[in-house]
Amino acid sequence: MTDKSLNWTSSDDAMVESAIRRGATRRELLHMLMAGGVAMTAGATILGRATSALAATPKSGGHLKAAGWSASTADTLDPAKASLSTDYVRCCALYNRLTFLDKSGVTRMELAERVESSDAKVWTVKLRSGVTFHDGKTLSSQDVVFSLMRHLNPDVGSKVNSIAKQITSVRAIDPLTAEITLANPNADLPTILAMHHFMIVQDGTTDFSKGIGTGAFKLESFEPGVKSVAVKNPNYFKSGGAHIDSFEYFAISDDNARVNALLSGDIQLAASIKPRSMKLVESQPGFALSQTTSGNYTNLNMRLDMEPGSKADFVAGMKNLINREQIQKSVMRGLAELANDQPVSPASIYYNAELKPKAFDPEKAKFHFQKAGLVGQSIPVIASDAATSSVDMATLVQQAGAEIGMKFDVQRVPSDGYWSNYWLKAPVHFGNINPRPTPDILFSLLYSSDAPWNESKFKSTKFDGMLVEARGLLDQAKRKAIYDEMQVMISEQAGTVIPVFLSNVDALSAKLKGLEANPLGGQMGYAFAEYVWLDG
Amino acid sequence: MSRYVLDLIAVRLLIAALTLLIVSFAVFFATAMLPGDTATILLGQAATPEAIAGLRSAMHLDDPAYLRFLRWLGGLASGDLGTSYVNNVPVAQLIGGRFVNTMRLAGITAMFAVPLALTLGITAAMFRGSLYDRSVTILTIGVISIPEFMVATAAVLVFSVYLKWLPALSFANDVTSVWQLLKVYAMPVISLTFVVAAQMIRMTRAAVIDTLSTPYVETALLKGASRPRIILRHALPNAVGPIVNAIALSLSYLVGGVIIVETIFNYPGIAKLMVDGVATRDLPLIQSCAMIFCVGYLSLITLADIVAILANPRLR
Repeated sequence: MTDKSLNWTSSDDAMVESAIRRGATRRELLHMLMAGGVAMTAGATILGRATSALAATPKSGGHLKAAGWSASTADTLDPAKASLSTDYVRCCALYNRLTFLDKSGVTRMELAERVESSDAKVWTVKLRSGVTFHDGKTLSSQDVVFSLMRHLNPDVGSKVNSIAKQITSVRAIDPLTAEITLANPNADLPTILAMHHFMIVQDGTTDFSKGIGTGAFKLESFEPGVKSVAVKNPNYFKSGGAHIDSFEYFAISDDNARVNALLSGDIQLAASIKPRSMKLVESQPGFALSQTTSGNYTNLNMRLDMEPGSKADFVAGMKNLINREQIQKSVMRGLAELANDQPVSPASIYYNAELKPKAFDPEKAKFHFQKAGLVGQSIPVIASDAATSSVDMATLVQQAGAEIGMKFDVQRVPSDGYWSNYWLKAPVHFGNINPRPTPDILFSLLYSSDAPWNESKFKSTKFDGMLVEARGLLDQAKRKAIYDEMQVMISEQAGTVIPVFLSNVDALSAKLKGLEANPLGGQMGYAFAEYVWLDG
Repeated sequence: MSRYVLDLIAVRLLIAALTLLIVSFAVFFATAMLPGDTATILLGQAATPEAIAGLRSAMHLDDPAYLRFLRWLGGLASGDLGTSYVNNVPVAQLIGGRFVNTMRLAGITAMFAVPLALTLGITAAMFRGSLYDRSVTILTIGVISIPEFMVATAAVLVFSVYLKWLPALSFANDVTSVWQLLKVYAMPVISLTFVVAAQMIRMTRAAVIDTLSTPYVETALLKGASRPRIILRHALPNAVGPIVNAIALSLSYLVGGVIIVETIFNYPGIAKLMVDGVATRDLPLIQSCAMIFCVGYLSLITLADIVAILANPRLR
C-alpha cells in the first residue's frame, strides 16, 4: 500500500473492506477509523481505497503464478486423497463440488441445482444440466454415484472415509438426479458435500494424473512436488469462467523465499506467510495482505483420564491461568481472534456468541491448584513447533504459573513424529486442529465419547445424545440451540483450552484483484484461481 | 605405470566398495529407526489399527529388518531402486529428472568455482604476504564464515527484490534459451561458488606454500629458475595431490549439501526430493537418495586419491 497513514496496516484495510461488505455506512466507517486513531483525512483516503478495490471490474487474461508452502512427491490430483493445501488448490481449479461454502459460511449450490430431503436421511441431488468434463463428456448422476461411493472403498484410501461411512447408498434415479441414503439422519449433508474431498470426478476414473474434471481450468502439466500448470476451460459451465488465462501453482517451503519471490515479482500470491514477514510486505509499495480467520486453532490438552488432568481443579485452574488476550496480542501479533475453549469458530452460523472466554485470573487459578494439592509440584507440558506457536504459548503459561508458585516444566519436542508420538498421548500437551465446515464434524471428531481424536478423553453420554439429536434436525433454530449448549459443555467440562483462533495471512501483489476471505481457509478457501484477476 | 601403482589403485577401489557396503547398512538401519512409519502416514491420524496392520503387511513392512535389508541390497545390486511407498512410482523415475538437475547445477558451479579457486589460490601462494595475498585471505575467511542461506537470501534481496535483474526462483525445467539459462542459474551458482570456492582457495594456497618450502624448490631457486617456473614446473606437480583432494571434498558437497540453495531458489533438485521423502517416510526414496549422495562422495574422493597416486612423481 502506498499511503502511509499512522500505524494503519493492511489488516485494518481488510477490516474496513469487510465492514463495507456487511453494509456499514460511510459515517459508521469514519467513526470506526476515528476510534482507531486515524485522522479524518487519512480515513477518507483509506475509505476511498477500500471502496474502489471493491468496485473494480474483473479483467480477462494473464498468467497467474502463485505459491503455497508445502509440496512433496505425495502431491495428488485425486480429491479423495488430497491432504495438503496445495492439493486443495489444484483440485478446486480442476474439479467442482456439488455445493460450496460462500464467504459468510452459507452453503450454496455448484454442480447441484438442489440438494433436498424431507427426513434428512434420504437426499435427492438434482444436477445442473449441460455441464461437461474437460474431455467433452457430459456430467451425469452416474459420475456422482462413482465419486461419492469411492470414499467407502478402503483401497482408495480416502481421507474422508470416516465421514463418508454414514452414506449407505448412492444411486442414479435419472441422468440428472441422484439419491443419497444415509445410515442415520444428518441435516448437514449439503455442507459436508462442500468439503474439498467430495469433488466430482468422472465415472470409472482410476488414473487421476490427467485431472479431468468440470472445473474452471484444464490441466496442462503436473509434476508432483514441483509444479502444475492449468489453462482456462473455455467450456466452463459458469458464465464467463475464470478471468485469468492460465494458472501456475507450486510450493516454496521457505517463508522468506516465498515473500522474496513475491516482492521480486516472480509470483503474484504467496500463501500463508508468518507474522514476522508481514512488516516487510507492508513496507513495500504495490503489495497487500489478505487475512482470514477460519477456525484453525492451537489448543492445550489435559487428559482427564490421567494425572494431573483427572483432578477437576487442575483443569479449572489451567483455564484461568491461560492469558488469552496476551496470546492474541503478543504471541500471534494480533493475527488471531479470541476463542472460548470450544472449537466452533466465530465465522460459523452456529457459533455461540453468548459464551464468553474465561478471564485471566491467576488468583482463582492458584485457589484451584491449591485445592487440587498441586502447588509445588512440577508439571510437564509438551510443546512443539508442529503445533503452531505452542512453544510460545507454553512459555506464557510457565511464566504465569511461576508467579503463583506453580512449576510447569515445558518440554519442547521435535516436530517430526509429534503427531504420532505425543499428541493425544501425553498427559498435558498441545494440539493443532484445522477448520471443519460443521459443528457436527468437529464434535464427532474431537468430543463425542467415541471420537477418534478425543484429545482430553472427554466423555459424556448427555453430549453424545445431543450430538445425534441435532444431527437429524432440519430445523436450524433448534439445532442452533442444541449446539449452543454443547459449546458451553465443552468449554466447561472438557480438558481442552482453546485460547484463540489463528488467522491465516496471504501476501499478494496489488495487481491481483478479487481475492476474498473464506471460512474454508486461506487463498479464498483454496479456490481463488477461479475468481481472481490480474490488473495491469 | 608400475605394478606398485596399480596395486595402490586397486586397494583404493576395494576400500571404496567396502565403505559403500558399510554405508548402505548404516543408511538402511538409520532410516528404519525413524519414528512413525509409512502406513500410519498414508492412512492419516484417524486410521484404525486393523487398517494400519493390513497395509503394513501388504507393504512387507513387518518382515524382519535383515530380510528387508537383503531384499533392498539385492535390488540395488541389480539396479532396481524400488518403488516409492507414497505414490507407487519407481524411485528411479522420481529421482531421474531431479538428479539431472542437481548434477547440472553442480557441474555449472564446478565450471566456475574450480578455475576461479585455483587461480586465486595459486597466485595468492605466489605472492605470499603481499597485499593481494592478504586481501584474498581476508575475503575467503569472510566468505567461509557466512552461512550459505545468508549469502543466498542476501543475493535474492539485492538482485531480485531491489534491482529486479534476476528471478528469485530458479525453475531449471523452464530453460529454453541461453539467456534464460544464465538468468536461472546465476544466483544459485553464485551462492554455491561462494561456499565451495573459499574452501578450495584456502587449501590450494596452503598446498602450494607447503611445497614451496621443500628442498627441491630451494634447489630450483638456487639454480636461478624464475618464479613462475618454480611454481608451475616444480611446486605445482607436487601439490596436485592435496589440491585435487581439496577440490573433491568441496565438490562432493555440491552433490548432497545443496539443500539450502535448492530450498531458497525452489530449485527442483535431488536434495529437496530427499527431504520430501523424510517427511512422508518414503523409505525407498530416502535410502536411494542417501546412497546416491554416498556414491557421489565416494567416487569423488576415490578419484582424487587415484589422481594423487598417479601425480606423485615419487611413485612413477
